[in-house]
Amino acid sequence: MKPARFDYARPETLSDALAILADGGAEASVLAGGQSLMPMLNLRMARPGMLVDINRIPGLDAIALADGVLSIGARARHAEVLASPLVRQAAPLLAQALHHVAHPAIRNRGTLGGSLALADPAAEMPACVTCLGATIVLASASGKRRVAAEKFFLGVYATAIEPGELILHVEIPAIRPGWTHAFQEVSRRHGDYAMAGLALALRRDGSRVAEARIALCGVESATRRQAEAEAALVSGGVGAACQMLGGLDAMGGDEVTAAHRIHLARVLLRRAVGTED
Amino acid sequence: MELPDEPTADIALTLNGEAIRARVPLRQNLVDWLRHGAGLTGSHVGCEHGVCGACHVQVDGVVVRGCLMLAVQADGAAVETIEGATSSGRIRALQDAFFNRAALQCGFCTPGMLLQAAELLERNPDPSRAEIREALSGNYCRCTGYHAIVDAVQAAAASLRA
Ligand code: FES
Ligand code: FES
Repeated sequence: MKPARFDYARPETLSDALAILADGGAEASVLAGGQSLMPMLNLRMARPGMLVDINRIPGLDAIALADGVLSIGARARHAEVLASPLVRQAAPLLAQALHHVAHPAIRNRGTLGGSLALADPAAEMPACVTCLGATIVLASASGKRRVAAEKFFLGVYATAIEPGELILHVEIPAIRPGWTHAFQEVSRRHGDYAMAGLALALRRDGSRVAEARIALCGVESATRRQAEAEAALVSGGVGAACQMLGGLDAMGGDEVTAAHRIHLARVLLRRAVGTED
Repeated sequence: MELPDEPTADIALTLNGEAIRARVPLRQNLVDWLRHGAGLTGSHVGCEHGVCGACHVQVDGVVVRGCLMLAVQADGAAVETIEGATSSGRIRALQDAFFNRAALQCGFCTPGMLLQAAELLERNPDPSRAEIREALSGNYCRCTGYHAIVDAVQAAAASLRA
């Protein structure tokens, strides 16, 4: 199918984009990489009155590391994030997870901000930024606002973004000494939607887990810190943490049942604890 | 699709090395414009929602889904289709290997496969079979099966290294 008609704006500056978004309200959709929006337009599952193409706005794709904070612009393409030495150094979790994000041609165009703004429950990036305690910086015509990743993802395709707001960049605390990252996922074919995925950050004290941060994708309808499983991993080890995962509010479905997703989350946690680097 | 009152925009781009201008409907996908507007039918349209990879074209040096980009977004870009990649000789080794290894039957998926494989070999001149499969994971073939395609990419890589 072909998209329904829409108005199209291609602002050259951030302030122009924010003014257009303020006027357009709920009728306006931001077009960044388009790797999720364009299929929805082609299938006419989405029919926005206006597309605001942000691909010409300078600087929205910058990646920088300063004062222990990795900043990634919302329009940084997945392929650029994957190839970035700064990302590999400061947030190895992202580099590991990005191998599971779709396919090369999609990663060449799709963006980090787009993935966060869409909040697909199966997507890897929301789980990663939640696991790492990132902050999402939003802008609107009336100013900037910072939202913790843990408060950003509200449900299936639902986020804290208000009409008229645009994600500017994401701030991720750089990995600290003693910490390791691991990302694990199961999907039917390489690059397909996750049946379950798990992001893990760990600090060990000798062989003992001293601190842990866990977030899942493809399991619950909104990703979140798995505080119960994290505490159990520290106090009782991986068996205790797997037991806590039994309490997940897992999504059902004809192809993958809730029980199957919980089973996979446990398998992935065991793999992640054994394989993090 | 171009109705009398269809909203359009003017674009200027480099297409297969040639500077051109065109007027495109705002809602037209890049691959539809390439096929129907520019007459370059080597890029194919399979699924129209980003799943199959038949529509791959190169935009500003990277391979993208032609069905997931608007033609108007190609304004100012350098676009190369399978026609351009063929006439420049850039993918000659891959084309020979696909022919010699019988890595195509109907050929519908082949242009997309060739462009994606070429991007892989530029980045990684000696990929493993697993790396080839990962690179081509977003390109569906409904008749040849993937084994011969992986063989062909490996053979092309070997001939380019020789
Ligand atoms: S036609 Fe574009 S991916 Fe299938
Ligand atoms: S050769 Fe027919 S689809 Fe691949």
